[in-house]
Amino acid sequence: MIPISWYLILGAVLFIIGAAGVLLRRNVLIVLMSLELMLNSVNINLIAFGHEMNDPRGQIIAIFIIAITAAEVAIALGILVASLRNKHTLEVDDLSILKG
Amino acid sequence: MEREFFILLSFVAISTGLLVVLAKNPIHSALSLVACFVQIAALFVLLGSPFLAVIQIFVYVGAIMVLFLFVIMMLDVRKEAHTRFIKKGALPTFFILLILAAEVLFLLTQSSRLHEIMAPEPVLLDEPIKQLSLILFQDFLLPFEIASVILLVALIGAVIMARDDGRKPPQHSGQKTGEANPTAHKPIISKTIISKTIISKTIVPKPIEQKQQTTVEVNK
Repeated sequence: MIPISWYLILGAVLFIIGAAGVLLRRNVLIVLMSLELMLNSVNINLIAFGHEMNDPRGQIIAIFIIAITAAEVAIALGILVASLRNKHTLEVDDLSILKG
Repeated sequence: MEREFFILLSFVAISTGLLVVLAKNPIHSALSLVACFVQIAALFVLLGSPFLAVIQIFVYVGAIMVLFLFVIMMLDVRKEAHTRFIKKGALPTFFILLILAAEVLFLLTQSSRLHEIMAPEPVLLDEPIKQLSLILFQDFLLPFEIASVILLVALIGAVIMARDDGRKPPQHSGQKTGEANPTAHKPIISKTIISKTIISKTIVPKPIEQKQQTTVEVNK
């Protein structure tokens, strides 16, 4: 039997790696992929708690997170392709159209 | 035996997760993210939720990462290999990340409430997937429908975002720029929607500038 704290520590480590990717990398694609990693670490936490407390609602919320993530990635990549058509850059710092 | 499996899977998951952030080429980071997702799916099996593991592989590895790889292949990633990996001024970010890591790990290991929760030993449900589906379609029916509507809206939104707005069909600008400067980088999108007359006026000087910039960076 694996203690739940191992899962929680694994989720925390993956979350921090994803946060490092979001904060340090300037490539839009890698920022999006790091966001995926962070969402996945949250899923690990939810399922670990659901398993530990014998409650299937943890899995259900993880299913919803996966569905919302699919929608988010589709929209984000659509916006990325549309903005790359007008502005030929992949750097996050250069995408400042909405800056007031 | 379970613990050895957990250690193996989490080690590979963390190392591939690090590779996602550290790899220069976006294709390498996408592939290592695929590996990381497969490890996490195996961890879900260890946690007694095989349905989530299957969904993880279908949706994340089968759909989302293939979408990422398609977008990466549509773009030109060769320029990315020349840009600097971590820019100046990243030191405060490192500091904040260290604080975040220390805080989260401290809370996880030292919290007394958490250890109270961990105490009771789990009782396995009979037919866990049946329980899961019953709860999903009874208690969570409205969120389920809302999620399906969100997916539909995302589908329509992605189609409208990535559409060409009825402008001119894409033309390959390889010939003109290639004659002007054969070794220069192409524009970052391989298919442009600008007509050729505009290309000859505006796009041709750009690759020369880009090349000069990259050579200066290399010399530094």
